[in-house]
Amino acid sequence: MTQIKYHMLVCGGTGCHASQSDQILKVFQEQIIAHGLDTEVQVIKTGCFGFCEKGPIVKMMPDNTFYIQVTPADCSEILEEHIIKGRRVNRLLYENPETGEKVSDSKHMGFYKKQIRIALRNCGFINPENIDEYIARDGYMALGKVLTELTPEATIEIIKKSGLRGRGGGGFPTGLKWEITRAVKADQKYVVCNADEGDPGAFMDRSVLEGDPHTVLEAMAINGYCTGADKGLIYIRAEYPLAVERLKVAMKQAREYGLLGKNILGTDFSFDIDIRYGAGAFVCGEETALIHSMEGLRGEPTVKPPFPSESGYMGKPTNVNNVETYANIPVILNKGAAWFAAIGTEKSKGTKVFALAGKINNVGLIEVPMGITLREVIYEIGGGIKGGKKFKSVQTGGPSGGCLTERHLDTPIDYDNLIAAGSMMGSGGMIVMDEDDCAVGMAKFYLDFTVEESCGKCSPCRIGNKRLSEILEKITQGNGTLEDLDKLQNLSNVIKDTSLCGLGQTSPNPVLSTLDNFYDEYLEHVTSKKCRAGKCKSLMQYLIIAENCIGCTLCARNCPVNAITGERKQPHLIDQDKCIKCGACMEKCKFNAIFIK
Amino acid sequence: MEKIKSLADLRKMQDDLRAKISLREKSNEPDKRIQVKVAMATCGIASGAKEVMETFIEEFTKRNIDAVVTQTGCMGYCYAEPTVEITKPGAEPITFGYVDVKKASKIIDKYILNNELVDGIIPVNYHSIDN
Repeated sequence: MTQIKYHMLVCGGTGCHASQSDQILKVFQEQIIAHGLDTEVQVIKTGCFGFCEKGPIVKMMPDNTFYIQVTPADCSEILEEHIIKGRRVNRLLYENPETGEKVSDSKHMGFYKKQIRIALRNCGFINPENIDEYIARDGYMALGKVLTELTPEATIEIIKKSGLRGRGGGGFPTGLKWEITRAVKADQKYVVCNADEGDPGAFMDRSVLEGDPHTVLEAMAINGYCTGADKGLIYIRAEYPLAVERLKVAMKQAREYGLLGKNILGTDFSFDIDIRYGAGAFVCGEETALIHSMEGLRGEPTVKPPFPSESGYMGKPTNVNNVETYANIPVILNKGAAWFAAIGTEKSKGTKVFALAGKINNVGLIEVPMGITLREVIYEIGGGIKGGKKFKSVQTGGPSGGCLTERHLDTPIDYDNLIAAGSMMGSGGMIVMDEDDCAVGMAKFYLDFTVEESCGKCSPCRIGNKRLSEILEKITQGNGTLEDLDKLQNLSNVIKDTSLCGLGQTSPNPVLSTLDNFYDEYLEHVTSKKCRAGKCKSLMQYLIIAENCIGCTLCARNCPVNAITGERKQPHLIDQDKCIKCGACMEKCKFNAIFIK
Repeated sequence: MEKIKSLADLRKMQDDLRAKISLREKSNEPDKRIQVKVAMATCGIASGAKEVMETFIEEFTKRNIDAVVTQTGCMGYCYAEPTVEITKPGAEPITFGYVDVKKASKIIDKYILNNELVDGIIPVNYHSIDN
């Protein structure tokens, strides 16, 4: 009998999926059969490895070789060299950017060194469409244990002791939420999974659902047992087709095994799950708006109280938790509250998944212990700023959060420290900005997002944010006054204090935190009409240095609006009235004769 | 598909399923396990390294020994193929030469299980740049 000697893990997350990982999988399967290796090599499609920057990823087991940026054309070389001849394909290995050495084992890559993967434990390890692999990795064991050996109260106690807090952004203690929902008496209760991930640049929930859908199903069933609900609903945006598809496969498999449905594992507990689709409105991540959207109403928030745990979906007690929160539950129950509570800081336990994006070398998905510093995340895991530029700030918490700057680099990241620094955890987006990004422009970008996404129900958010955006526009145009800066501050505070829901209450955060951290830049825009990053087009001029210009006419020929004039072999001139500041001339000039003022 | 009726059934099922991904589980922490590297370049394969590798994998599964079997390229001892390097946790790697199927079983019996050496050990005469 021949046995499987190799497992080839091919990433099937959205990022790698988009760069042909399906094709790679297919080519591997065909060639393995062609080489007669199908009894020795098994190809497995997994969830996201997190190292999206270098995708598609192919990982070879058992020797842990980590191939990056694999194309379908590389497949035969990997098979012939690695599998048949036992030689690593060097050109596909990750190169340590500092030393230039090839790193074959992912454990030695800076990107993975500091990570602890709890919520992402199965992502990039198991086939998400195969329940057997999940079960082999302790899957549904926590549910089994809870149903047969623990009371709902005892289970809630473990979650409370673990110190787990909501990973959707607010950071409310999960165990407490469950206890409150449990305490309400009702004939019907619901548990809901909030998979309406809306922060620009955040994709951890999608990755968990794509890479390990069963963990969410298991945790929801446990939640149902604890709170007294027999019905679960997953609210997911329709623009996550891959996650939806894998959830459906997972639900079907779980039902076939009797892990969802009537009398789970021979107990008298019954629980089943349905999917509800969202249309992608940011406000529907807010739990009351989410519930209204599920009920078929407009996705608008309502005043709390009543909290969903008292009166939620269809007026019944409803427990809403985020995807990542759920992904932590089975592990906590399997390994114990003390194990979990040992990771992290005093008030923020466990790990947090962050989506690293922006001007950083290693864009991707990371899971790090709470209390890690921004410096470790950006320079050790993220591999530093792209192109060796200078770090400026990081936006955490998406449009609801704020920016952290150089002085926060050594602050341990947890819920409370981020709030103290004027930002928030949010769902875990981390967008890195460098010296070429303008603070005012940054604030405006996020504010425009909230203006777009405001549901319009309450006036502070609907009108206030629009006015904020207009003032910012005025400043970037070079027409701002010192009075405007005070107005920004005051209006922001009013919006925060008077808005109905979390969206409005947090929407001015990017403005306030940039005002706080980069007041000098705002001042520069207003008083000297200057944008140091060169991003605000109205505040800059492209000029030609006469001494450097040899009159090659290249710039004039490339100017889309014919704003450049001059004789051949004579210094040229840019007509500032015509110039649209596209930068094409500067890009084309070979003599460094054009600069920005 | 049969429904799982109890926690005991689920546990039993997990035990059976574990073997399917044990290859992946083991490779997460190779240093804590016995590592067997079989030289599988042209010379090794020609002298039967494939069968030897299979023997190791089968015997380990049969006897429930926690070990990782990987293939490597030519170790340079082509005169003594097939060659196998075995690293027990905490011990120096030892390279065995002339390993056929029979000798593979003998190595498991003597060295891996009882720490007794067998004939055909090749003295290490190189340093790897890793160390």
